[in-house]
Amino acid sequence: MIYKKKCMAMLLAGGQGSRLYALTNKIAKPAVSFGGKYRIIDFPLSNCVNSGIDTVGVLTQYQPLILNEYIGNGQPWDLDRNFGGVHILSPYQAKEGSEWFKGTANAIYQNLYFIKRYNPEHVLILSGDHIYKMDYSKMLDHHIRTNADCTIAAFKVPMEEASRFGILNVKEDGEIYEFEEKPKQPKSDLASMGIYIFKAEKLYKYLEEDEKLQGSRNDFGGDVLPRMLSLGEKMMSYEFYGYWKDVGTISSLYDANMDLLGDTPNFQVDEKSWIIRSRNPIEPPHYISDNARVVNSAIISGCEIYGTVENSVLSHNVEVEEGAIVRNSIIFSGVKIKSGAVVENSIIAEDAVIEKNAVVGGVTEDRKIAVIGGGITVSEGKTVEPGAMVEKDV
Amino acid sequence: MNALGLVFSNIHDNNVPELTQDRTMGSIPFCGRYRLIDFALSNLVNSGIMKVGLITKSNYQSLMDHVGSGKDWDLARRRGGLHILPPFGLKENVLYNTRLEALRGAKNFLARSDEEYVVMTDCDNVCTLNFDKILQEHIAKNADITLVYIKRDSSEVKEVQNKMVVGLEDNGRVNAISFSPRTQGEINLYTNVCLLKRTLLQTLIADAFSHGYSHFGKDVLVRNVNNLRIFAHEHKGYYVALNSLQSYYSESLKFLDRSVRDEIFRKVDVYTKVKDSAPTRYGANAVVKNSLIADGCVIEGTVENSIIFRGVKIGRGTVVKNSILMQGTITGENVTLNAIVADKNVVVKDRRVLSGCETHPFYISKNIIV
Repeated sequence: MIYKKKCMAMLLAGGQGSRLYALTNKIAKPAVSFGGKYRIIDFPLSNCVNSGIDTVGVLTQYQPLILNEYIGNGQPWDLDRNFGGVHILSPYQAKEGSEWFKGTANAIYQNLYFIKRYNPEHVLILSGDHIYKMDYSKMLDHHIRTNADCTIAAFKVPMEEASRFGILNVKEDGEIYEFEEKPKQPKSDLASMGIYIFKAEKLYKYLEEDEKLQGSRNDFGGDVLPRMLSLGEKMMSYEFYGYWKDVGTISSLYDANMDLLGDTPNFQVDEKSWIIRSRNPIEPPHYISDNARVVNSAIISGCEIYGTVENSVLSHNVEVEEGAIVRNSIIFSGVKIKSGAVVENSIIAEDAVIEKNAVVGGVTEDRKIAVIGGGITVSEGKTVEPGAMVEKDV
Repeated sequence: MNALGLVFSNIHDNNVPELTQDRTMGSIPFCGRYRLIDFALSNLVNSGIMKVGLITKSNYQSLMDHVGSGKDWDLARRRGGLHILPPFGLKENVLYNTRLEALRGAKNFLARSDEEYVVMTDCDNVCTLNFDKILQEHIAKNADITLVYIKRDSSEVKEVQNKMVVGLEDNGRVNAISFSPRTQGEINLYTNVCLLKRTLLQTLIADAFSHGYSHFGKDVLVRNVNNLRIFAHEHKGYYVALNSLQSYYSESLKFLDRSVRDEIFRKVDVYTKVKDSAPTRYGANAVVKNSLIADGCVIEGTVENSIIFRGVKIGRGTVVKNSILMQGTITGENVTLNAIVADKNVVVKDRRVLSGCETHPFYISKNIIV
């Protein structure tokens, strides 16, 4: 029997995420916690499965341990399959030598052998640092219907922010006639989401050619896509209308978490028709004590709350002692906030300890967010200024 | 651990008729996200027992749905793993009535196994047990059977019929076994958890049937007190056997006490079926006091002294006190609930006022709309 996949996905998860500072010292960006119980990569992986894509290659490079362990055999996403499923692809040593992934296109190029094993008709390229719920099968239908060689998912951004994105200039029917990478004077507000579907044979052709080109940075947005356009391939845009957030920076990660709160949250993760799956630790339900006060927050199993929690997102096994206050903050799993401590406008990473009467972050006009790295201890009575990045015990 | 587990999922169903109407004892929801069988299975797995036979009788769809392949307990395995043992259609007894008859249905399972020991446990008890330790004791004492017991004052257990009480010598050997004795003061109550060699169990089952016996306790254990070296191991930690709706209610609420949670959940992991529920969301007017809340809930009202299972919605202005609301309970706005046990997927419409009494909780059965 000859196997063939209609569409498979390649997920770029190798980025260092240097703009997340202390949060990505030891883990790759896609493995960063989100929304109390998820990691960022749960979103593209769940989107794949919910869209009927059962073969996903995850390209890792920077600090892959936690990410590899988290993905494991892919069972939480139903991606443990006999043919297909999720595969972690790390840089490897080959006969001709070994090299790190140089750019996004080179990362895929180095794994063309993996893709070809599944003999797909189309290949979906995804980023591991976006928070969104998207049905890729609709995008694939559009891609096939318009007979495009490459389809790029696009999202309308406010005009004043357009110069931060790769902008697509399109005709009425959505066909792309021009790319502008972070233009100073954008002509359109349609930004590329970094999500592409290629006809497989076009992907092979252009990646192999790109590899031979002198001076190419081996990047999809900067090299491969403009070259395809210039050589007259049919490039379509596919506009996406839902919630989408690139969480590559501290402030966007913070905002995306806060979008989960409120009586009608901007971003709903509890939709029955589009479940976001994750690897779940086994913890008892969370406990809220007699003297605790919990309002407008999201809390998950294993937490023990004896203090005040307002407008915050808490991950597994967070302990907030009596008299402690957590406000407008995001707390990752295993964090202990001791009595009398005050945490405000902060992100506290895994297993950090905020000792008694310590003060972390605070209210500033420009909404600065303090970040405490994983495993850090903030000693008794110490103060961490708003907006500070703490990577060593204080 | 060179042992297999045998779990009786339907035993004592009649003690809690309300909750076992549509399910087995083992699949009664407990403590926000668990089912009773999780405690028995987790004890076995945490002790290193990786082969478990799950003896079922009736109403076991919910149980099978819950345990699935056994993956969540690490029991989906090529060697060993979880084996569901539905009633075996012997000509003489189509559906078993006693533990001994149930064991007879597991005859082939036992014969095909090569583990040296068998641990038998029910699923109406919640406790943390390390069977490896019990096995070491069993071997050290050169015992044939080791029974696990707890010490209780007889006044606490009077409502329980057919409870087995053991008399002990100083070295822990059992010298007397009696049923519902009228003794006063402290008694040694058998928990229906025992450990013995697999081959001995097979012999005992075969002997019992050739003599026409039917009761494991009365016929097998009592008759063999002097023939076999039966020892007893005292379990000293938290232990509860659920024997009525009232005890289900009061024992559940004991988990609001941190020391109970620490003993049951923090010493070892209690595994359960994983669901991908979102975090629980608290609204701007939520007030929550002394409560356990599972994932996937939306809390916009007031919850006090209660246990809230997964996916429960508490509407605005609604006040829930001293209650247990199982998975998927939905309350509208301005509802008042006190001392309620709401089974799965109950819907309570706006402005309803329902109250039980803390000694007699009011039970609302599955899928009811109030």
